Parts: sequence; structure tokens; C-alpha cells
Amino acid sequence: MADIKHLIAARAARELQDGDIVNLGIGIPTLVVEHLPDNVDVFLHTENGLLGVGPAPGPDEVDPDLVNAGKLPVTEVVGSSFFSSDHSFAMIRGGHIDVAILGALQVDSRGYVANWSVPGQAILGVGGAMDLLIGAKKVIVTMSHMTRDGEPKLVDTCTLPITALRRVDKIITELAVFRVTDEGLVLEELMPGVTLDEVRTKTTAKFTYEVK
Amino acid sequence: MKNKIVSKEQAIATMHDGAVVMVGGFGQVGTPLVLIDEVLRQGYRDLTVISNNVGEPGKGLSRLLENGQLKKAIGSYFTSNRTVGEYVLAGKLSVELVPQGTFVERIRAGGAGIGGFYTRSSAGTLIGEGKETREINGELYVLEQPLTADFALIRAHRADKLGNLVYRKTARNFNPVMATAAKTVIVEVDEIVEPGELDAEAIVTPHLFVDYIVERGHEDGRH
Repeated sequence: MADIKHLIAARAARELQDGDIVNLGIGIPTLVVEHLPDNVDVFLHTENGLLGVGPAPGPDEVDPDLVNAGKLPVTEVVGSSFFSSDHSFAMIRGGHIDVAILGALQVDSRGYVANWSVPGQAILGVGGAMDLLIGAKKVIVTMSHMTRDGEPKLVDTCTLPITALRRVDKIITELAVFRVTDEGLVLEELMPGVTLDEVRTKTTAKFTYEVK
Repeated sequence: MKNKIVSKEQAIATMHDGAVVMVGGFGQVGTPLVLIDEVLRQGYRDLTVISNNVGEPGKGLSRLLENGQLKKAIGSYFTSNRTVGEYVLAGKLSVELVPQGTFVERIRAGGAGIGGFYTRSSAGTLIGEGKETREINGELYVLEQPLTADFALIRAHRADKLGNLVYRKTARNFNPVMATAAKTVIVEVDEIVEPGELDAEAIVTPHLFVDYIVERGHEDGRH
């Protein structure tokens, strides 16, 4: 599974451009920075109030006042800035974040994402997911293609509560890369060694196939 | 000059049962843990808390919850504290879940005298159900109401004796905006200095927002 996560993260890293302001969700998205091309530097924004998130600190360098949105210790890079939560979400809602990369429980054929309410559990958390989805200029979903129970996560219509009316832009799994268009999902790339038939078998969402 | 520097006991003694209380912090970072401990000790009940999280089991605001002092919680993310789920299921706590950006903007509106605002966050979702909607530039927005409180318990790094505040790194989070939106604002700080010692260009919360300053003692340490 670790390999799959890095495979997805590495592909997502290729979507980023030099100078992008990027907000990373927890899980696979946090791995993306490990795979940035040499000529690409990005600025990481975390909604709890830092632009310029650096790598995790060494054991002796942990500062309890310096965490990311996953509440994990981080460092600050040269040129970083701290700000309050209202300012941070103005950046998000106001369209100042270039790319948000986030995980999802389901994405449907319209490009709507469900990533905040877990089935069978009381709904007790939403965090910044809704704001990031409506606000980021580009939204990339990174996720495993199937659930742990082997159910497709790319579905016709989300059965879980959707996170926003905004369609995501791109979906990257260990099997394929999809683009979301006005006409629906377009499979634009198969991961190495993956066949179209395999993707068809493991996907219930309608999609078209575009060979590059 | 009005003296705002008080003990934690004096500051929290201004509270009352049934109060609506904003509490700063993101997780345990920037959370006024000393003030929360004092609320636990003085035992006020039926409190409504407005806070992004309700601590973690045995920590922070969760201690008030576990002591039966909380009636309602308004915030964005309670999932990481399983105790919250248990109390909700048992009917002992009601929660209002708000997207984090909407949550903080509602507080900002409350503190800034704004009667409400429209946002796309939550439009067309379960959380947006029942909210007044409006189409603006072809997109669906929901109307959100301001949030205010009787008290704000916040955490800053340093205060001067007037109550000007500076924060430290990501411990700033919700604290400055909550300082604007409550009738009585109590701040817990690492250090109190003389007026003029803080760089006026670096002050985040001007003193007019602050009512009481409590200095953390050496025994308080870092929770």
C-alpha cells in the first residue's frame, strides 16, 4: 500500500507548477512534496495559519506551537508567514490557493466529491474540506481506486453526502488519471501496467477514454 | 490606567452558568489550557462552547465535557475526540457543525458588526440544508449568521500591560478573531511586558479587545 500511495503522490506532483501555492490534505497528499521535480518549487499553505510549511522536524527540533492542519509538527521555510484562521480562509475562499490536493471517499461521474462524512458514523467533523473545494483554483483528488472492501470509489452518483457543488479538476488513483469536463469524466492516462479493461471493471462511474 | 492583570481565579470568577464561551486553539495548539483548567475547577455548567475542536479525550475542552459542564458545542471538527460522539449519542451534548472557514468568518462577522454574509461553502450539501440561499454571479451561496459570545478564552504569547497581544507561530489560529467577538475577553499569556516593549507594527490584537490578562505560572508549563 505504501508503494501505491507514493505512486499516486508522484503522479500528482507532476501536476504542480513552479511557484504554485498548494494546500495538501492529510494522507496521500502529504507525500506529494517528496516527489516534486527538481525545477519545481511550491509554497505550502496550511489552513491553521502558515504559508511556507517545511518538512517534519527532527526529534530535537519539535516546536509545540508549529503544526500543520493534521496537527502534526512541521517546520517553517525561509520566507514563510503566519496568520490567523480568518485570514487563512479568506485566502482559500477568495481564490488565492492555486491547487488543493485532497483525498476522497467517493467521486462521481459529475466530478462531485464526497470526503467528509464517513458511512455509519455520526457526522461530527467537516473541517476545512468544504471551503477548500469551493475556493481553490484547481482541485486534485488523490485516492486508492477501490475501498478496502473492494468497492469502486469512482461511482455514478455519490451515495455519501457530497462536499460541495464544485466539480474537482483531476482524479489520480493507482490505476488511472481522469480529467473532469462538462461532459463528464475522461480517462486520460493509464498507470504503468494497467489495462483499460481493469479500470472498466473497477469503476462504476461512466467515463470516456482518450488515448494520448 | 485600568489594571487588566488578574489571577486565573479572578478572571474565571467573572463567568457564570449557561454562558456562551469562545475558546481559541487548533487542537491543543494555541488553546488556553490554564483557563480551561480553572473553568473545570470553578465548575460552571450548561456552557455552550464555540471552538474549532472540543479537545482530545482527557485534554483541553474535553475535560469540561467529561465533567458534565458542556451543553452545546459549535465548531468544525469533533471527529478526533471519540468522547464527543459518545456524549452526542447519549443525548448529553448537542453539536452544531460548521465548515471551518464559515465558522471563523461567522465569528469575524460577529466581532465586526456584520449582520451575516453569503458563502459558497456548504451550498448544496447536507450542512447547507435549510439555509437561505441566493444565486450570485451564477453560483449558489448560503446565508450565514454572525456568532458572538459572553466570554472568549484565548491564548497569546505576550501581552503588554495595556492588553496588546502578539502570538507565536500557528498558535495564533482562532485567537485574534475570537478576541473581537465576545463581551468579556480573557487572555492567557506566557509573559506580560511594559507598554512600548512590543513592536507596534507587530501587534496582532490591539488592547481595546482585551479585558483580563492572566500570566501562565511556571507550574503551568506546557500542557
